[in-house]
Amino acid sequence: MTSVIEAQGLGMRYGRRWALQDCTLDIPAGHVVGLVGPNGAGKTTFLNLTVGQMAPTAGSIRVLGSRPADTTAQLAKVGFVAQDTPTYAGLTVAEHLRLGARLNPGWDAALAAARIRDLGLDPAQRAGKLSGGQRAQLALTLGIAKRPELLVLDEPVAALDPLARREFLQSLMEAAAEHEFSVVMSSHLVSDLERVCDYLVVLVGSRVQLAGEVDELLATHHLLSGPRRDPGTLPAGVHVVSASHTDRQSTLLVRTGTPIRDPEWTVSQVSMEDLVLAHMSRPATAGDDRTPALEVQK
Amino acid sequence: MIWLTWRQFRVQAGVVFAALAVLGVALAVTGPAMADEYADGMKACTAQGDCGPFTGQFIEDHTSLFVAFSIIVLLLPAIIGMFWGAPLVAREFEAGTHRLVWNQSVPRTRWLVVKISLVGLAAMVAAGLASLAVGWWASPFDQALAVRIPRFAPELFDARGIVPVGFAAFAFALGLTVGILVRRTVPAVAVTLALFAVVQVAVPLAVRPHLAEPARVTTAITADNISGLMIGSGGRMSVMVDLSQPGGWILSNETVDAAGKVVGAMPESVSAKCTPDGSQTGGIRMRDECYTNISQLGYRQQVIYHPAGRYWAFQWAETAIFLVLALGLAAFSFWWIRRRPA
Repeated sequence: MTSVIEAQGLGMRYGRRWALQDCTLDIPAGHVVGLVGPNGAGKTTFLNLTVGQMAPTAGSIRVLGSRPADTTAQLAKVGFVAQDTPTYAGLTVAEHLRLGARLNPGWDAALAAARIRDLGLDPAQRAGKLSGGQRAQLALTLGIAKRPELLVLDEPVAALDPLARREFLQSLMEAAAEHEFSVVMSSHLVSDLERVCDYLVVLVGSRVQLAGEVDELLATHHLLSGPRRDPGTLPAGVHVVSASHTDRQSTLLVRTGTPIRDPEWTVSQVSMEDLVLAHMSRPATAGDDRTPALEVQK
Repeated sequence: MIWLTWRQFRVQAGVVFAALAVLGVALAVTGPAMADEYADGMKACTAQGDCGPFTGQFIEDHTSLFVAFSIIVLLLPAIIGMFWGAPLVAREFEAGTHRLVWNQSVPRTRWLVVKISLVGLAAMVAAGLASLAVGWWASPFDQALAVRIPRFAPELFDARGIVPVGFAAFAFALGLTVGILVRRTVPAVAVTLALFAVVQVAVPLAVRPHLAEPARVTTAITADNISGLMIGSGGRMSVMVDLSQPGGWILSNETVDAAGKVVGAMPESVSAKCTPDGSQTGGIRMRDECYTNISQLGYRQQVIYHPAGRYWAFQWAETAIFLVLALGLAAFSFWWIRRRPA
């Protein structure tokens, strides 16, 4: 299977601060990838590197097999809905579509027009007068109608109300299914991604903390609860992601390839939210984050 | 890309070119009458033998319009830099729309090429038209004024000929570059204005005089060539003389002593003998004793100047300098846009 994003030791530094460090990833095509992490974890930096808005300080990144934004052909293959879904306030909806048609060789005018009609947007309306949800939908339309192989979205629903949020994600999913493009989307809210993503990348403190297919991650993570005991007594191959203890009881979130058979533990399913939160609260250290990330990718 | 650039630029372009159209109408309405008045007046006064009073009156009558129109030509490059150049990219950065447009299937360098070419060309055309139209309108006035202020003088040089085109190109590129670096429109406009004002003042003072080695003449101070005389405190007297060939740009006009050393002013012993000869014909009329005394003491006048014949060479040289600077700034913008993060 081909990769949409291959990153090798990717890093980006602003002045003296590393916004992204030592990022090694290989994301296969055909997924809806969720990029989660707290604010300032490097999500926007990673996405900007992916679409070639900027060049990395260290390492390399290849998107759909080529260097990002290197050529017109590469630009045409990758759609981008930037943070805050920017649009030209003074241009009308119709003029935005004209912009898309003029600047993209693969522009699908029929698709764009149909989407605007379905959304109920007035083509003569200036983008500055649209609601946040409508503006996001317009930006998404520009991204989709260029018919990319990969659509990158940076916090597209962060500023939207819950209803607009759901509608946006729904239309994104419909388009992705219909036109078969891969999606990489960032959010600091797991609940947004939970519904739509089948691949997850967790960024914490400028490093990749976890990456893998959602099904596989959920199958290998378990929540254990039982009488208080030292996590060190767990069998080899069981990796404790997070642990909390009361006087009597221990609750552990663990990752393991083998089933837990110890009758002392009550084993339960983890939700994606638990899983992400556990990994986000784990301190990001250079030695710690790499092994699990690579493990899950296999 | 041309469509988008034009779509974003058309309001600003419309405002400036509409203003220029209004200016054109004003020039067309007032110009021919003024030219006729000058031609008739000159014919009449030449017949009488003295055109001084006529040109004096003519200049006085038309000064306010002349100053207003000339200021428009001088200000236009600054306006272009502030309102066409500075917002061109800064506005995109400010609204985040560069992240939208840079991810269409057009490399950002081409995006910038189209923007710079279209708006830069419009800037040069606007300035060229304004200079041409005002130059046409003002030609009788310029002729009348030439005795006092030749077109080579700094007051007029920047508002005539092709130099406004160079200024406009430079101001545009300056605004563009400042906008790219500052990334916010209003501060970029302010910085552009400040920098451009510095350049517009510094060039005539510090750069233009050195475009060629100035000519210098040292001449006797006579009743015929003296053009100004001032007696200051303690009876110290300073004078100015006219060049035998008019129209030059005079950089300095100073008295030198017998040793050739520049003296700011001549001592009281000189001014004591310089008293008016009593005639009422206007201008400076000193008794002959004054001039013979000056020449006996060895005082002469040294004038450093650029001759009138260099006017177009200077126009071209200064325009070329500004065009090269503008290209340099544009090249820097490219390099910056290519390598800098969004």
